[in-house]
Amino acid sequence: MLRSRIIPCLLVHNKGLVKTTGFKDPKYVGDPLNAVKIFNEKEVDELMVLDIDATVEDREPNLELIKNLAIECRMPFCYGGGVTTVDQAKNIIKLGAEKVALSSAAINDTSLLRKMGEAVGSQSVVVVIDVKKKKGLLGKTTYEIYTKNGREKSGKKLENFLKELNDIGVGEIVINSIDRDGTMEGYDNTLVKLVRDAVDIPITILGGAGSHEDIKSLIKDYKIIGAAAGSLFVFKGKYRAVLINYPNRIEKRNILNNQ
Amino acid sequence: MIGIIDYGSGNINAIATIYKNLNIECVIVSNPNDLDSADKLILPGVGSFDETMRHMLNSGLKSKLDELVLVRKTPILGICVGMQILSNSSEEGSLNGLGWINGKVKKFEKEWFQTKPHIPHMGWNQITPRKSTPLFDNLDDELGFYFVHSYYFDCEDSDDTLAITDYGITFSSAVSKANIYGVQFHPEKSHGNGVNLLKNFAIL
Repeated sequence: MLRSRIIPCLLVHNKGLVKTTGFKDPKYVGDPLNAVKIFNEKEVDELMVLDIDATVEDREPNLELIKNLAIECRMPFCYGGGVTTVDQAKNIIKLGAEKVALSSAAINDTSLLRKMGEAVGSQSVVVVIDVKKKKGLLGKTTYEIYTKNGREKSGKKLENFLKELNDIGVGEIVINSIDRDGTMEGYDNTLVKLVRDAVDIPITILGGAGSHEDIKSLIKDYKIIGAAAGSLFVFKGKYRAVLINYPNRIEKRNILNNQ
Repeated sequence: MIGIIDYGSGNINAIATIYKNLNIECVIVSNPNDLDSADKLILPGVGSFDETMRHMLNSGLKSKLDELVLVRKTPILGICVGMQILSNSSEEGSLNGLGWINGKVKKFEKEWFQTKPHIPHMGWNQITPRKSTPLFDNLDDELGFYFVHSYYFDCEDSDDTLAITDYGITFSSAVSKANIYGVQFHPEKSHGNGVNLLKNFAIL
């Protein structure tokens, strides 16, 4: 049976790995290549690496870093950050990444996704959507899409954008909750339900995972899903000491138990 | 020496790195004439069925491979789309496949799934061998393999199915016929299982 994927998400900032809270206060957690080597040993299902500087600095993807990461990875590897053209996507796939993630560029121009899908295969095209909760009229919760590390509102409505992505048929949608980022309070279940109902392509949820139990309950409710986490897999204990970790075989069996 | 056939697929480097770490000699080949020195061949896939077949035809690889695989019986391992083109045809395109293993490549149907997502079949899944083969020696059944595909190989002759996997239906996740092997999953991205499978292929 197809298993849910448990995915560490690593953020690159100033060439090092960091972990943010609410998309702010990056804390240094180590060297990217070293982290990949550790995650290889831990047999992680997949690895997501996002360069959080590239779009903000209007910089192209760091191909040297991608190449080094891809060669090292014994598992599927998804890269995001600063990708704006079909040629960049082609290069990234050629260097050995399985997936290319886009955010700002896809939100600004969805036709880019179709072109990329034709060039590298739609299964390799991933859209990361950074969302923030907004209290609507009568207390109804809505979500707004942000770009540039949560600094700019896109003005796009989440439900409409999801439908658009589903029609285009991208390979995967990663939903990143800005409110939950780094909080380790658990996933935003209202948000997950909204996204799962809206699309039938693979989805991955990021933002808020604070324990294996959080991942377990997400998988119990949604069966086949991507459960991504940052803090959970780089910090240990209440003082958030840096320690790269990942569920071992026995823990994983327990997490996937109700699938 | 293992010859890895290059047509611009990124996974080639990952395969080459695994062999390098295993101290198994391999070479990445794009010119058909350079394939003669290889005693085993790996055929990765890139993009769609037609795109891959078009490349096979235009580059002269198809006629060279027909000779090496069918006449000289060089063992070959197709990966992902590289496995799918071993068939006669695919619902994904209009070109004929290599036709070395009889069957048709078909699309997963949405109706087969009770829960979302449906397509692609993406993630880690298990394989169940249907034939005894050294290719599957020392595999960790629980770990399984990494898959990502929207089409599957429907074998005409069940004897050609080497392993099966469940996703919506039960499909052939590995095929074999004499010296010809194909796997739908990605050994180069499947941790120790993938390394072992590539190693097993090298010492077949």
